Amino acid sequence: MTTTTYQQPNTHGYYGKFGGAFIPEMLHRNVEELRSKYLDIIYDPAFQKEYKALLHDYVGRPSPLYYAKRLSEQYGTQIYLKREDLCHTGSHKLNNALGQILLAERLGKKRIIAETGAGQHGVATATVCALKGVECIVYMGEKDIERQAPNVARMKMLGATVIPAVSGSKTLKDATNEAIRDWINNPVDTHYIIGSVVGPHPYPDMVARFQSIISEEIRWQLKEQTGSELPSHVIACVGGGSNAAGAFYHFLEEPGVQLVAVEASGHGVHSGMSAATTQLGKPGVLHGSKSLVMQTEDGQVVEPHSISAGLDYPGIGPLHANLYDSGRGLFLSATDEDALQAAFNLAKKEGIIPALESSHALAGLEMLSPVTAKKSEAPIPAKAMFTKESTVVVCLSGRGDKDMATYMKAMEGK
Amino acid sequence: MNRIQELFKQKKNNILNVYCTAGYPQLNSTVPVMKALQDSGVDMIELGMPYSDPLADGPVIQASSTQALANGMTIATLFEQLRGFRQQIYVPVVLMGYMNPILQYGFERFCQDAADMPIDGLILPDLPEYEFETEYGPIMQRYGLNFIFLVTPETSEERIRRLDSLSTGFLYAVSSSSTTGKDKDMNAVNNYLQKLQDMKLKNPVLVGFGIKDKATFQQACEHANGAIIGTAFIKALENTSDIAGTTKKFITDIKS
Ligand SMILES: Cc1ncc(COP(=O)(O)O)c(C=O)c1O
Repeated sequence: MTTTTYQQPNTHGYYGKFGGAFIPEMLHRNVEELRSKYLDIIYDPAFQKEYKALLHDYVGRPSPLYYAKRLSEQYGTQIYLKREDLCHTGSHKLNNALGQILLAERLGKKRIIAETGAGQHGVATATVCALKGVECIVYMGEKDIERQAPNVARMKMLGATVIPAVSGSKTLKDATNEAIRDWINNPVDTHYIIGSVVGPHPYPDMVARFQSIISEEIRWQLKEQTGSELPSHVIACVGGGSNAAGAFYHFLEEPGVQLVAVEASGHGVHSGMSAATTQLGKPGVLHGSKSLVMQTEDGQVVEPHSISAGLDYPGIGPLHANLYDSGRGLFLSATDEDALQAAFNLAKKEGIIPALESSHALAGLEMLSPVTAKKSEAPIPAKAMFTKESTVVVCLSGRGDKDMATYMKAMEGK
Repeated sequence: MNRIQELFKQKKNNILNVYCTAGYPQLNSTVPVMKALQDSGVDMIELGMPYSDPLADGPVIQASSTQALANGMTIATLFEQLRGFRQQIYVPVVLMGYMNPILQYGFERFCQDAADMPIDGLILPDLPEYEFETEYGPIMQRYGLNFIFLVTPETSEERIRRLDSLSTGFLYAVSSSSTTGKDKDMNAVNNYLQKLQDMKLKNPVLVGFGIKDKATFQQACEHANGAIIGTAFIKALENTSDIAGTTKKFITDIKS
């Protein structure tokens, strides 16, 4: 099979030009074990039964699809929020961590490792390890440990060991390197729970499948609420791209649905302090797959910047690189300031305090609404703009509790 | 036939291959370090091209890469330094590096420049066999570069045979599944090397990762054609102001 769709990679893990498994031989056994077994395990009826039951009873799914009336009025269109922020642990990250712990259990793995940036994936992984009574080690950049102290405390309370990544730039990219090195050094008993649709094949596909529950629910929830399964727009923020992959998944092969990914442009795309990978990146290899990577002319990976630690990553998953490259997805970017404004706006308009990551998706509304028509750094085709009748779904990937220190600083500054 | 094949034709045992990082400890020490290694009697040199995210390397080699990058090392600079180096360096040299910087340089351009130096072979740990066969291998072949695959104790016999058949020059036996610079249980390593020896592979085998002194070198050489030393040598270079003297002492201790 060599055909690829937007949704699924070919047998070698390629979405168009992007993907693959660029791993050293030391990882071959682990990655090959996963590749040869993941689909059989995931689609085994007993697995599905346990996964679905835990999604319902433990994660709290289905997460609501909420018609945001005042936001809709503000932007002159029909806006629905997919409330991943209401999931246990406060973000979509648990959908994937839960799926992977059940998989690790069936692979007979006794030790779990993970990387984390903002700490949301670390908390989700620590949570499912507690649920299953399995040892959990989370790698986190030394810098992120400082700026995300509450999540570090949560992981510790859940019984995980948090190991600071002190190499390179001491953030998410380096935490991922350290997790991969740990996996190399522990080739038999360890499973690596990657937190986004990145890494070597089969990770991008596997994580996308676990997150696809988001769009599976959106379809039937929209049908119930509007009579039609298909929205006109789906908007999500992209760090590595897991919440976006989940929110897009069941709409990828529906050409009538405008998919909008919002990246973090920090102080501005060309400020030198940005994480807008599609705007700044070039094809390259990072963390085991070929994708778009922010790098110097000499091919050294650069340190990105975003106010949101979860979007502070110099790559994107290969599924998204292909959506960008093929034009199937519209890639916008929001600055730190745009995201803060969007967060305060949602708090006042709807009584919901979003995660800083999700606030980037909300900032996309400003650019796509003909009412506000905020200038975007990436060109927006006229047909992508909202009309009064548009049905716009925004993936609210997480809640803002972890970001209160940043929000408090912003309020002091006003 | 290039220098690697020539070397293994003349010498079957106790081959000492030493790793150094280009641009380390100083930007311009690349060729002086190689010269010091050759003068001390090493048989082959593995020259590392520094990368910001070297997944297969432990802390010591990572730190040398970080230092080399801070010193200003790039692939273009490396080829400038190497131009004409064959007037002094006659031992085989293989370049070790990661895919991303090479892709930015341009894979074909990289192979062409490497062959011009001439370099004898490439070790690219994050280039897997599928991409090697479908895309990159034929380019290396066109420029006469050997490509060396890694095998580990976790690699199945069938796969070892496959990687051996794809490799030219030699096969790199990682002594245990790990990043560079970790201490190894040498008994387990012995059994694995014995297995490789019994398989009668097409290529000579050099053992790497965890070889750090005379004892571990000799042990590795019992079941293989030779061994590769990296971390221990980089450590020795760490605070030296006398590259030739430090290198001479380090190599003499191993070969004595
Ligand atoms: C709430 C939330 N949204 C989004 C992200 C970004 O990750 P991804 O792009 O994989 O969804 C994170 C990562 O930490 C997050 O915590």
